[in-house]
Amino acid sequence: MSVEAITITLVVITFIIYTAIGWWSRVRDTSSFYVAGQNVPTVANGAAIAADWMSAASFISMAGLVAFLGYDGTIYLMGWTGGYVLLALLLAPYLRKFGKFTVPDFIGDRFYSNGARAVAAIATIFISLTYISGQMRGVGIVFSRYLQVDIVVGVLIGMTIVGFFALLGGMKGVTWTQAVQYFVVIIAFLIPAFAISAQLTGNPVAQMSFITNDIVARLGEIQIDLGMTEYMAPFTNLSMLNVFMMTLALMAGTAGLPHVIVRFYTVKSVRAARWSAVWAIIFIGLLYLTAPAVGAFAKYNLIDTIADKPVEEVENIDWVSKWQTTGLLKFNDENGDGVVNYTAGDDNEVMIDGDIIVLSTPEVANLAPFIIALVAAGGLAAALSTASGLLITMTSAVSHDIYYRIFNKTASEAQRLRVGRITLFIALLVAAYVGISPPGFAGEVVALAFGLGAASLFPVILLGIFDKRMNKEGAIAGILTGLSFTLIMIGAILSESIIGTDGPILESFFGINAQGVGVIGMILNFIVSFIVSRMTEEPPQDIQELIENVRAPEIDEDSN
Amino acid sequence: MEQQKTLDERQRWYWRKNIRFILGLLAVWAIVAYGGAILFAEPLSNIQFFGVSLAFWIAQQGSILVFFSLILIYAIRMDRLDKEYARLLKNDKEG
Repeated sequence: MSVEAITITLVVITFIIYTAIGWWSRVRDTSSFYVAGQNVPTVANGAAIAADWMSAASFISMAGLVAFLGYDGTIYLMGWTGGYVLLALLLAPYLRKFGKFTVPDFIGDRFYSNGARAVAAIATIFISLTYISGQMRGVGIVFSRYLQVDIVVGVLIGMTIVGFFALLGGMKGVTWTQAVQYFVVIIAFLIPAFAISAQLTGNPVAQMSFITNDIVARLGEIQIDLGMTEYMAPFTNLSMLNVFMMTLALMAGTAGLPHVIVRFYTVKSVRAARWSAVWAIIFIGLLYLTAPAVGAFAKYNLIDTIADKPVEEVENIDWVSKWQTTGLLKFNDENGDGVVNYTAGDDNEVMIDGDIIVLSTPEVANLAPFIIALVAAGGLAAALSTASGLLITMTSAVSHDIYYRIFNKTASEAQRLRVGRITLFIALLVAAYVGISPPGFAGEVVALAFGLGAASLFPVILLGIFDKRMNKEGAIAGILTGLSFTLIMIGAILSESIIGTDGPILESFFGINAQGVGVIGMILNFIVSFIVSRMTEEPPQDIQELIENVRAPEIDEDSN
Repeated sequence: MEQQKTLDERQRWYWRKNIRFILGLLAVWAIVAYGGAILFAEPLSNIQFFGVSLAFWIAQQGSILVFFSLILIYAIRMDRLDKEYARLLKNDKEG
């Protein structure tokens, strides 16, 4: 069988499984639709959190980003895992104890204000929408590269599958599908990693051979020989200040992403919320401990294969010619010496896109066609699982927080479920549209999602739990300050691609770039909400009781 | 059962303990991630850890293992605290 045939078979099999799960977990009440009836087992929820979290970016792009950033790639490795410490210790248990459906639910109730609820709902929709465009794009790329179908067709097929299990099963269907998708993702990531590690170091456990073997040191030497930066030395690509700020923005942003937070509402107790976080970091950590190894090994292999080799020899390598046609790998012999010159200077003749690091690994390492098919299925699972979680989150913000809690408080269960499904369908169409024709600044927009999460939702939820004196006025002033500061700064620093000015309006905010500036927004949010709350009236008695109740230990009937 | 107006003495004890756990664990989180991998990256780069430098290992793998340990320790400690609280509550009722 050809690679394409195997890939199609594998993708169809996994899609049938996802669809079957959607049918099996179809729901009829809003509690199941939004929070899966709050009885998802801890381990399954941990796997669902991991699949929800690990997007097309984690699966396809991250190892490549790390490979090209070297030491400074830590911003993604620490930034996208360290946020779980904040979630597990500071947010998840209390939000579960609060026991409602959504993030705007908590913010609206805690700050006794529909204004705060609406702001939180709009922030939720905006953050989720920016995120989902990247996922749909990922689906389209995998379809077009591995199955030779048009990106538009690929996006439409992906949408249909996601729509089927999300419309039918709501959060319950999404949760169980994600749990299965996690295992597809991690197997697809680990098998090529083990194979390339065994080939280069003789030890298949990539996470270990990464430090026990001298590949990383040799990669550093090769890079220096080629005139590039030393791989293991810190702050060669980003300043220390930016590494600090970007890591913090990604961590706080992770803890402020509504589609991640809401996963902790789906378990049955506070204790289960804490243990879900443990399982989530185990499942996520498995990929994140492997990614730096994949990045370094693949880069070493790639440089070793093409640098300073005769052009003719390189062009005859099968995977080189395949990737050349995608435009993600380019080289031409500019000085005509018949050798591929790969350097950091002007005489460089090679352009490698970071996205091919993971996707090309099975081919570079000469793995069986089945593995290549598996990586395609894994990329699809990563993109679809994240997209489905985002869809449910957007849907609940519209149909639950805005329609039911603000406009129609007397809506019946059936009405709310119907509005939920209609909203989901519309969200699906919007996502398909942005997937097919993404805005030109899609990459920058992700920085925005994290920056806004860090500067708006994270501080407000945190203060809502830990500062009893925090009131409506403080919270709203804080969110608006954090949001507007971060929006304006990111807009100004990235104005070239967002508004289309000639060159950025602002180079950086005192040396902090767009991805790190959310931290300043977060600090401003904390300061403003503190000052405003202390100058205005304290929250009413019933809100103070709500906070006490969220903090109080949960008495466990079945002691489990 | 009617909702209590404020936390009783036992619940306040539970909350204080919880806050102390959180602060301790977050201190480790900050020291490892922002100290070990960023602020002290230059000096720690001179220390060898197997085939790589210590700073590099913390930045790319070690910190993630620490994050996992912190979340695990918190879950275990809070389980114990829950049990302790339930025991005290039972004592209060009996005695």
